[in-house]
Formats: sequence, structure tokens, C-alpha cells
Amino acid sequence: MRKVLLFIPLVLFLVLGAIFYLQLGKNTQYMPSALVGEKVPDFTLVSLETDQLVTQEDLPDGPYLINFWGTWCPACHLEHPFLVELADEGVIIIGIDYKDEKNLAQQWLAQKGNPYVNVLMDEIGHFGVDMGVTGAPETFVVDRSGMIVYRHQGVINAQNWPVIKGHLK
Amino acid sequence: MLPEIGQFSLILSLFFALTLAVVPLIGYWTNNRLLLETARPLTFIMLILVAISFVILSVSFITDDFSVLYVSQNSNSQLPIWYKFSAVWGGHEGSLLLWVLILSGWCAAVAFKIRTLPEDVGPVVLAVLGVVSSGFLSFLLFTSSPFARLLPDVPVDGGDLNPLLQDFGLIVHPPVLYMGYVGFSVAFAFAVAALITGNLNSSWARWARPWTAASWAFLTLGITLGSWWAYYELGWGGWWFWDPVENASFMPWLAGTALLHSLAVTEKRGVFKSWTVLLAIFTFSLSLLGAFLVRSGVLTSVHSFAADPTRGIFILGLLLVLVGGSLLLYAIRAAQVKSTVSFGLTGREAWLLLNNILLTVLTLTVLLGTLYPLIFDALGLGKISVGAPYFNSVFTPIALLLIVCMAVGPLSKWHDTPLSVFFIPCLSSVILSALISAVLVYWYDFGLLAWISFTVVFWVVCLSFADWFGKVSAGTKGIIPRARQLPRNYYGMLLAHLGMVVSLVGIVLVSINSQESMLRLSPGESTSMAGYEFRFDRLEQVKGPNYVADRAHFSAYKAGEPVAVLYPEKRLFTTRQQVMTEAALDAGFTRDLYISLGEKLDGSAWGVRIYVKSFVRWIWLGGLMMMVGGLLAALDKRYRRRAE
Repeated sequence: MRKVLLFIPLVLFLVLGAIFYLQLGKNTQYMPSALVGEKVPDFTLVSLETDQLVTQEDLPDGPYLINFWGTWCPACHLEHPFLVELADEGVIIIGIDYKDEKNLAQQWLAQKGNPYVNVLMDEIGHFGVDMGVTGAPETFVVDRSGMIVYRHQGVINAQNWPVIKGHLK
Repeated sequence: MLPEIGQFSLILSLFFALTLAVVPLIGYWTNNRLLLETARPLTFIMLILVAISFVILSVSFITDDFSVLYVSQNSNSQLPIWYKFSAVWGGHEGSLLLWVLILSGWCAAVAFKIRTLPEDVGPVVLAVLGVVSSGFLSFLLFTSSPFARLLPDVPVDGGDLNPLLQDFGLIVHPPVLYMGYVGFSVAFAFAVAALITGNLNSSWARWARPWTAASWAFLTLGITLGSWWAYYELGWGGWWFWDPVENASFMPWLAGTALLHSLAVTEKRGVFKSWTVLLAIFTFSLSLLGAFLVRSGVLTSVHSFAADPTRGIFILGLLLVLVGGSLLLYAIRAAQVKSTVSFGLTGREAWLLLNNILLTVLTLTVLLGTLYPLIFDALGLGKISVGAPYFNSVFTPIALLLIVCMAVGPLSKWHDTPLSVFFIPCLSSVILSALISAVLVYWYDFGLLAWISFTVVFWVVCLSFADWFGKVSAGTKGIIPRARQLPRNYYGMLLAHLGMVVSLVGIVLVSINSQESMLRLSPGESTSMAGYEFRFDRLEQVKGPNYVADRAHFSAYKAGEPVAVLYPEKRLFTTRQQVMTEAALDAGFTRDLYISLGEKLDGSAWGVRIYVKSFVRWIWLGGLMMMVGGLLAALDKRYRRRAE
């Protein structure tokens, strides 16, 4: 009996090794947010337009989108026109200018139009860390009660918008 | 030409490592002394060859040889020279070369000390280390050679070292950490050699002890440095994040701590023999697991190197051979081990067993938290992430229990301890520490958790003193001569245990007594916080070697008296066009003042984050004490005797 017991560490190790093998090469970047079902985390950020400090108290009553973007991000160029369309349809979007520079962001909005009700500067990326953002663009849907209900990684476009819209209520 | 010599030298060292892995073992099985004797020179040659390639890679960095792919990716002609040198281990390939260099360094240290081992054991230990070295050398050569060239299109300049890594902490953190990680392969080699030779008596434990203590000391220092670096460099004053890679260094530390203690029991009393062997394998496996997690891309982390599945497969194969092989050997051989020694419930054996159980549970807690997302995903149950709340709520109570027991254990005697030995010191300590901490908590208006933590802290201090005093006051010789007679081992233990509670004080106070605020300040304005007044004097532009920066001048006053001037910076690294925040801090014994610049607002105003961190230095002070304790234990005289 004792002889069998001594093989337990080996067996456990082999099982773990098999799991590692299965995981290799998988896309570990994709993660649904742990924040789904939670309130937006506390933050203090600076508004790009007014230079005022903004906290979670100043967020609009939902439903709305929180969109992380940056002028450095090529995919955000693709996404931007669609966001402008959405804003014209009356969707409320809060922009988080993520790890970016202020003057570049201002130029961008001046040239391409501003779909955001408010743009907050997250220059160092603290808020991005709190929200668990792994890249840009990334969008969170916040519902009427102020809860995060959905996270979308990557560009929002006409194909995936119906799904996102379904959460926006 | 030089890089080719470096590559060639690595290839040669692989051949020597393979020979080292095979020849002494043949010598052992055929009882051929000549073959056994080859182990020592083979090890030295392997070290020299690896050192040659390391020096060549360093030279390529220092002379800006951008024809070497790795140099062009991780350096730049504008980089200051000391960062050019540390950039050698700034990426995957070079850091692996550093790893191999340190591994062969440890092998050579064992070879140097081989006379302290019996004639047929030392070469087998070196052969096992040869197997480990062959594994890492082939990993380096086949998947990640640092000497790959960009010929004939040599870039004009390099892509620069990641700005996060351009820092003193990062020059020293990886080498020290690797010293610890890799050092555990020595304990592993001793354990496997004991399994191969069948000499599973207590002597292998005595040989492995100083090596384990030394690697443990290095790992402690490495983790301490990493935490200190994260604190001042990441710009938000955190000191531990439960990031998968931090966990990867913390797990071998926990298992290594258990190993240190269980080696002591095995050496002194001959019990837990087979458990100690398993623990040595386990500790080394966790070091390898760390390497796998960081370099294969199966988990996401701030530390990750560029993910590459072929590397992942290779390390997994390495894990399979080394860990699987040793566990198989263990399963076959450990059945022969019989422990006949029995011990009582109050003996020191029992206390050390408790230590081992708690540390193993802690290791598994961290392991589970780190691997849970991976396992969950592999079983197709979806994606989740495990964060600090899990670790804080599960880890903290068990760790506190461990620290409580840590104070009592040293009082106990081998085999059995009369309860009266514990009774008076424990009772008086518990009353004294509960009272002192109640006064403190009342005075400063802290909560229940602080009261419990401080009681534990004073409990450990009181009992450690009681133990020491009990040892030096017995007998007639007087306190000082007796105190000098106590072995280094004992003082090492005392210092490491006290270091543990010094860190605990820091951890508790920094989390309950710190203040922070984010505000908007223009030059000339000031703000007050936690009894300090901070004035934003002015802002200037400065130019560094490879960046330009906005530098703010802040003066801090306490009760009108100036206490510090701080210069937080916002740096723009010109090559990578990357903005970095360089926090400024004024370190103090009981508090740190910490300022980091946030965003530039309209006109001259800036978003500024100011922290007053209470007792944060104590966290690392405790780490340093533990490190010194480990080194003292490793240098104890009785390990230096030659084998008969």
C-alpha cells in the first residue's frame, strides 16, 4: 500500500503537466472581466476638456459605455467613426484616454469628431489596471443601476454592436 | 567574430555538461575511481566556458554591436554604460544565459567543496547537477540563442532597453533572485544523489543544509529587492501584487523555508527522511515551474517575456525529465526508507512537523491561486482571474498562525518537552504582549486586526528573548561568554524569526496607517496631509542621457520645519517615445514620503499623488534580517568539517 502512495506525487505532477501542455499556445490575453456584476471602481481622473478632477460620483446615470482608447492605438482609428455614429444615435460614451498624451488626444478629437460625453485622462494607466484592461480599444457596458454588465475587447463595429447593445439597458 | 566564439563556447559547455551528467555515474556503477574523479574538472571547465560566453555577450552590449539581434532589441547607443551591462539580462535570451552562468557557478562551488563529502557521493551530486545544466544549456542553445546575428543588414541603432528596467533595482534584482532559484538545484542534486546511491540516512541532510540556507538567503534578498523596486518604480506605492510571477518566486521561498526546517529534523533525529527528499524535489520543481510560467506565456503578467510556444514545450519537456524523473526515482526508492524513531506530541520534532504542514499549506494556497485560472480554462469552465482578495483572505490567517507557532518551537526540546518549559514563558508573553499592543492600539486608534497582529509581534519578541535568555543564563559561566558560545546557526534562526515579525510590523502598519491623496497643484501651492505640509516650489525641464523630463521641486515641512526636498519626474524616453513616472521619495525609519507626478493639467497645474507610507521600510528591513539569518546559518562552523 505504501508503495502505491509514493507514486502519488508523480501522478499529480503528470496531470499538471498535461494541463500545461493543453494550455500552451492558447490565447491567454482574452479574459471576461472579473468586474462584471460590480460597480465601477473608485477613481480620480482629470477631464481632458475641462481639466477638472472627476470621480466615480460624477459618472452619468446609466446605461452608458466606458471606452478605453489612445491615439497610439491603430485599432482605435478604425473604431472611432463607428463611435461617432453611435453618439449621434444618442448612446452615452465615456472615453478613457489610456496611456496617451494630452495634446495628441485633443488633436485627434478635433480632427475626427468627439463621440464622448466626457474624456478622462488615464496617462499612467492606473484606472486601466483597476478595470483590468489589457489593451485598447476596450469597452465596458454599465447598466442603469451602475453595474458593469459586459466587457468587449477590440473594435466595436456593426457586426458586434447588436450583442453589446443587448447589454445596454 | 566574437559572438560566434560566444556561441561556440556555449556549444562546447553543453558537451562538457553532458559528459558530466554521464561519466561520473558510470564511474559510480562500475566502481571506477578514475571516472568519478573527472566530475570536478568537468564542472570547472563548464563554468569557464559559460563565463566566456557571458563576457562576450556583455562586451557586445558595451561596444554597441547591433549586428547581434539580442543586443539590437535590448540596447541603444544612448544608454548609460551601467544599463548597457545590465541590459545583458534585460530580455529572455540573456537572462537565461545569466541563469545558466549562475547554475554553473553553484556547480563549481559544490565541486570546490567536494572534499567535505564522501568520495562516491560528491561526483554523483555533480552528475545530477550536470543533468540539470545540460537541460538548461540545450534550452538556451536550441530555442533562445543570444548570439543570433542580423547580417548583412546591421541596424544603425538598437531599440533600447525597456525604460522600466533602466534602474538600479533591476541591475541587482535578477542576479540575486536567480542565485536563490538556481541554488535550490543543489539541494535537489543532494536529494537525488541520495536516492541514486540509496544512502538515505541523515548525512545527506547535513550536507544539504548549508547550501539550502545560502540559496534561501539569496532568494529572500531577491524577493525583497523585487518588492522594493516595484514600490518605487511602478509609481503607485504598492509593494506586493500577488502577480503570477511574484508568486512564482514566493512558492519556492515558502517550500524552501519548509525544507530548511525539515532538513534540521532529518539531520538531528533521522525522522521525516522520505518527506525531506520529496520537499527538496518539490522546492526545485517550483523554481522550474516559475521559469515555465514566466517564459511560456501560459499566464499573463507584467513580467512576461515575449511568449513563444516552442519555448513552452521545451521547458515542459525539461520539467518532465527532471521533475518526473526524480519523482519516479523517489517512488521506487523511498519505499526502502524506514523511520524507526518515535517522538512525543510536545517534542521539537512535532513543532517542526507543524511548521512543515503550515508552510506546505501556504505553498499550495499560492500554487492553487496561481494555477486556478489555468486549470479552470483547461477544463473548459471559462475564464476567471484570481486576485489579491483570495490571497489576502486565505493566506493571512494561516501565516499568522505559523508566526505564532514560530515563537514557541525554539523553546521545545528534542523528543519530548515537559509542559512546564512552555508554561511560564508563554503565559507571561501572552499577557505582556496583549497588554502592550492594547495600549498601542488604543493610543493610535487602530482596529481589531492591528491588535491581533501586534500581539503576535510582541509575543514573538518576548519568547525569542526568553529562549535566548534561558540558554545563556543556565550554568555558571556568566551571560556574555555563554552568549558567544551559542552557534551561528542559533543566531541565524533568531535573526530570521525576528526579521519575520519586523516585516509583519511593516505590512500591518503600511496597510492601516498610510495616507494618500491625488490632487491638483500648481507651483507655489501647498497642501497638508498626515501632519506634513507639502509645497510645490517649481517645475523645471531636465535632460537625461536618453530621456527628457519635467522635474518638480517639492518641499516637505513638519510643524514648520523643513524635513525633505523631493524631485518627482515625468520622463519621456526618446528612443521608444515612452512616458515614465519617476516617483520621488524621502525614506524614513517610521514613514516614507512619496510623491509621483500624474497628468499635466491646464496652465501650470499638475495632478499630483502624495502618499505618506507608515513603516514601509520595515517590510524590507525584515527581509534583510532574514537574509542575514540565512547566511549565518549557512556559515555555521560544523558544516566545514571534512568527510572522514
